Amino acid sequence: MTELLAKTACDGLLSVTAGPFTLSEEPVAPLTSLMPYKGRDKALSAALEAAHGVKLPGVNRSTSKAGISVLWFGRGQFLLVGAGPDGSLAEHAAVVDQSDAWARVRLEGAGADQVLARLLPVDLRAASFKRGHTLRSPLGHMMASVTRTGVNAFSIAVFRSMAATLVHDLKTAMEGVAARG
Amino acid sequence: MRLANRGMVDRNAPVTFTFDGVGHSGFEGDTLASALLANGVRLVGRSFKYHRPRGILTAGSEEPNALVTLGSGARQDPNVRATQQELYEGLAAQSQNRWPSLDWDLLALNDLAAPFFGAGFYYKTFMWPKAFWEKLYEPAIRRAAGLGALSGLNNADTYERAFAFCDLLVIGSGPAGLMAALGAARAGADVILAEEDFRMGGRLLAETHEVDGKPGHLWAAGLLDELASMDNVRLMTRTTVTGAYDQGTYGALERVSHHVPRSRAPLECFWRIVAKRAILAAGALERPVAFRNNDRPGIMTASAVRAYANRWGVSPGKAVSVFTNNDDGYRTARDLVAAGVHVAALIDSRHDGPDLPGVHVIKGAQVCDAAGRKGLESITIRTHRGEEKLLTDCLAMSGGWNPTLHLTCHMNGRPAWREDIQGFAPVPGMIPGLQAVGACNGSFSTAACLREGAEAAEDALEALGFKPAALELPQAEDDPFRIAPLWSVEGKGRAWLDFQNDVTVKDVKQAAVENFRSVEHMKRYTTQGMATDQGKNSNVAALAVLADVTGRAIPETGTTTFRPPFVPVSIAAMGAGAQGKGFAPQRFTTSHKASIERGAPMIEAGLWYRPSYFPAPGESNWRQACDREVKMVRETVGICDVSTLGKIDIQGPDAAAFLDFVYTNTFSTLKVGRTRYGLMLREDGFVMDDGTCARLGETHFLMTTTTAAAGEVMRHLEFVHQCLRPELDVVFTSVTEQWAQFAVAGPKSRDLLDALLDKPLNGPDWPFMACGPVTVMGVKARLFRISFSGEHAYELAVPARYGDALFRELLARAGALGGGPYGMEALNVLRIEKGFITHSEIHGRTTAYDVGLGKMVSEKKDCIGKTMSERDGLIDPMRERLVGLKPVGAVKQVIAGAHLFEVDDAPVRENDKGYVTSVCYSPTLGHMLALAFLKNGPERIGERVKMVDHVRKIEALCEVVHPIAFDPEGGRMRD
Repeated sequence: MTELLAKTACDGLLSVTAGPFTLSEEPVAPLTSLMPYKGRDKALSAALEAAHGVKLPGVNRSTSKAGISVLWFGRGQFLLVGAGPDGSLAEHAAVVDQSDAWARVRLEGAGADQVLARLLPVDLRAASFKRGHTLRSPLGHMMASVTRTGVNAFSIAVFRSMAATLVHDLKTAMEGVAARG
Repeated sequence: MRLANRGMVDRNAPVTFTFDGVGHSGFEGDTLASALLANGVRLVGRSFKYHRPRGILTAGSEEPNALVTLGSGARQDPNVRATQQELYEGLAAQSQNRWPSLDWDLLALNDLAAPFFGAGFYYKTFMWPKAFWEKLYEPAIRRAAGLGALSGLNNADTYERAFAFCDLLVIGSGPAGLMAALGAARAGADVILAEEDFRMGGRLLAETHEVDGKPGHLWAAGLLDELASMDNVRLMTRTTVTGAYDQGTYGALERVSHHVPRSRAPLECFWRIVAKRAILAAGALERPVAFRNNDRPGIMTASAVRAYANRWGVSPGKAVSVFTNNDDGYRTARDLVAAGVHVAALIDSRHDGPDLPGVHVIKGAQVCDAAGRKGLESITIRTHRGEEKLLTDCLAMSGGWNPTLHLTCHMNGRPAWREDIQGFAPVPGMIPGLQAVGACNGSFSTAACLREGAEAAEDALEALGFKPAALELPQAEDDPFRIAPLWSVEGKGRAWLDFQNDVTVKDVKQAAVENFRSVEHMKRYTTQGMATDQGKNSNVAALAVLADVTGRAIPETGTTTFRPPFVPVSIAAMGAGAQGKGFAPQRFTTSHKASIERGAPMIEAGLWYRPSYFPAPGESNWRQACDREVKMVRETVGICDVSTLGKIDIQGPDAAAFLDFVYTNTFSTLKVGRTRYGLMLREDGFVMDDGTCARLGETHFLMTTTTAAAGEVMRHLEFVHQCLRPELDVVFTSVTEQWAQFAVAGPKSRDLLDALLDKPLNGPDWPFMACGPVTVMGVKARLFRISFSGEHAYELAVPARYGDALFRELLARAGALGGGPYGMEALNVLRIEKGFITHSEIHGRTTAYDVGLGKMVSEKKDCIGKTMSERDGLIDPMRERLVGLKPVGAVKQVIAGAHLFEVDDAPVRENDKGYVTSVCYSPTLGHMLALAFLKNGPERIGERVKMVDHVRKIEALCEVVHPIAFDPEGGRMRD
């Protein structure tokens, strides 16, 4: 039997560099949307901690441990990254596979926040958007999830189908900032 | 004329440039204006209306005359202010609004006809004949009047937009701005200091004042070094704050690379700066005085003349005279004398002005005329003794200062008149969170600027919750500002107020005579203040003249409205990022590449790109491909990517109850493993969307929406849940992007799937509308037996990563069965043959009843829109209702968008009976076919109507038929 070959969302698009900035595709990881049912947030958090070692984060925050993280992903929604969901979670929340739904990229380099400032109408200053902070915001014309993963590193996700536009927009911003020297 | 040992240009770095093709040289640190003056170039442009020769008036962004075009071709950049443009090696500037040349301009004839061209001339003159306005007068006037021109080519430059956030935004880097920034920065606040100029320091760079015992510019440099070393400070030069908006948002234009030869960097960046507090320290603009021929090249504002001398080491003339109504003008004379420039005279309109050693001061005198058409040669001075001429090649005039308060008025605040400075000044609170300090607040001495800046920083820090840091006030001059108003000098001839739009004192008076007495009416009648400088140099003087002729006081007369932007902002900068591919996101399916490889032209469906058709060898047009693909699906098997349809995962104990509420029909009765077609109404009772919904588990559904309405439906579900039925325990997750989904349609679809799937399908388990999990080549997949083609068909969904591979595999297998891919054109034909609706039919103005699905609105339960859909007007049989049409006359064409009439009726609006929504040529039936809405349509099957396309002038006789033209029993898709 032949095999269906898997392709990543940014297949053939990345990585690209401009000046100090590098844009690369995040490694493929299981992504699961968790939407707790009525009044089940605490139970879900406990189940998550028992199964994966991480609790539910607050609004605009993420939690992580040993390569597994949970991002706040919008109203009443969380994204479990890095591990397939334990069966116990489904008791408390709608558990939906999103591993193929998002194009996820990593932007790195000194001044990466200035690249994002070309597209993202939110306050990314280090004091207000620290490592592990996450948000949902328009990025150019796309609805994105943005997480600070380091002093000069961000993880960005948009709909898979928009991968080419994501790369185009970020590359343009990277080149514009880099060209200022 | 360059002065020795003065100014801040780098004399070791010469720069060559051209103006109208003539080579010149300047130094690094020069603006184009200072370099032109250094080279003795005084005539730099022609005025807008009369094409009068004009020279440089100012030294800043308010410049009305010295506008030039830089570059050529696609990168041509018109209306660049020479006073702001930094010199760079190889810069090539062209003058504007002249033909054939700046020196010899044919349209200067307009100037001779000036008596006819006063205010209101166009309105009165070009009234008759009416038709001539659009065809003759307006084009001719537009050609004659004007500034620089765009190239007409696609813009080759790149532009940026960006966002910035701070605790305190300081606008302007003169003494007030610097103190404010330093105070806030030392206390730890995040500060953005925005300066329009390429060098910070404001008037300190142009004056010879000492601050803290040092020359002002050196004091500023020391302070800027400290600011630059701080992490919490962002210094933004070449950045003009252009507007104040809600909630502490400010627009700002950064000229990123206008000052260097074209590079890869963006030309401009349009910033949106969000600041918790703002301090406006924008300084003030010096006013000219209106007198006859005060627009001669060589007549400048006094502050500009000494700025050129002090900052750039340039004297604009060899024998300079000064005309002032205030003490400030004396500074120009004093600085020029110190620089060794001959000052011919200082004319003070006041009788009580001070004396100035070494300068011939004429008190109680006015300049009433100037001579020298292309460059000032002499002025006429009027005293009580009479008039006398004075030879001079540069006149520095000062009519006082206007605080640069524009930003404070951007939210509709009105400034207050101050007698002591004879100017308008802001009042507190005009922009929430913004405080005006220094000259823009009407405080003109250096000491006052420093003090107000420091105090404002303290106020801001307190509001922000910071503890103020120690800040010592440096010593500086604290001279009083003494002025006696002088707006215009009496006399014959034209005295210019608005240099950029050629508005004179006489025009303003004429406006008042014709009863345009309100300042807003006067402005529009004369066009004063309506040019690109937006009246920066003229509006206070013009309204003072208006006040005088109408016998009112200036505060009573009031100002016109200051609106953003403060300086012209290119549309390219505001729309930055939207050029080319930045215009809108492109959404590509996983099969995009494979479809392109097969030569499929793409059409846009919302943001998605979908294949229109797949051309085969020998086919020369889309219809051939489309007909073949339709036939292929009807006879063998076709593959179509349907991933773009919205897919919403719905889970929760109350999922079924929720669906019963949003769909018109019932879903709680749907069995697990089955799919049902559903119809959704808006709250007003009209159809919102349709699609299938599958029950994957007891509390787990998968809703399908149309491609176009995916986002709208998701939003609708959230609204219904959050606002109308919050008690229901249900959640929604969009899975549109998670799954790549392909229609496998046609009589051989089952054969294809049986061979492809890891286990062949067991017939009885897979009736029409069944759904369930399958595996394909080891990959977990979902299969739905649904059909949008009317054939025996399936939709197979796999995680998107396998989409490309599965599509190619499906095409290979379909090909072996005589089938292949089909595109949107064939998909549309297939569904029209079957009478399936799309948003062409459910376009927002049709009800379930109209589209023939009235019975789908369940009587057993309530649903969104049900009550409203039962309104009398919505269930009237005479409504336009869905039917099919086929042409039966000589004309065989039916056109979407055409209207329907009775055969014998005139095709006029009153007789309109309906309209056509979808058409196709049906290769299956061998004729054109349409879906249409016709009054009482379903009762008129078999009758004839007339289709009229008024745009294309096509009429066709049509027979009304049932909307389902092919296989009305549906046997092909069920069996």
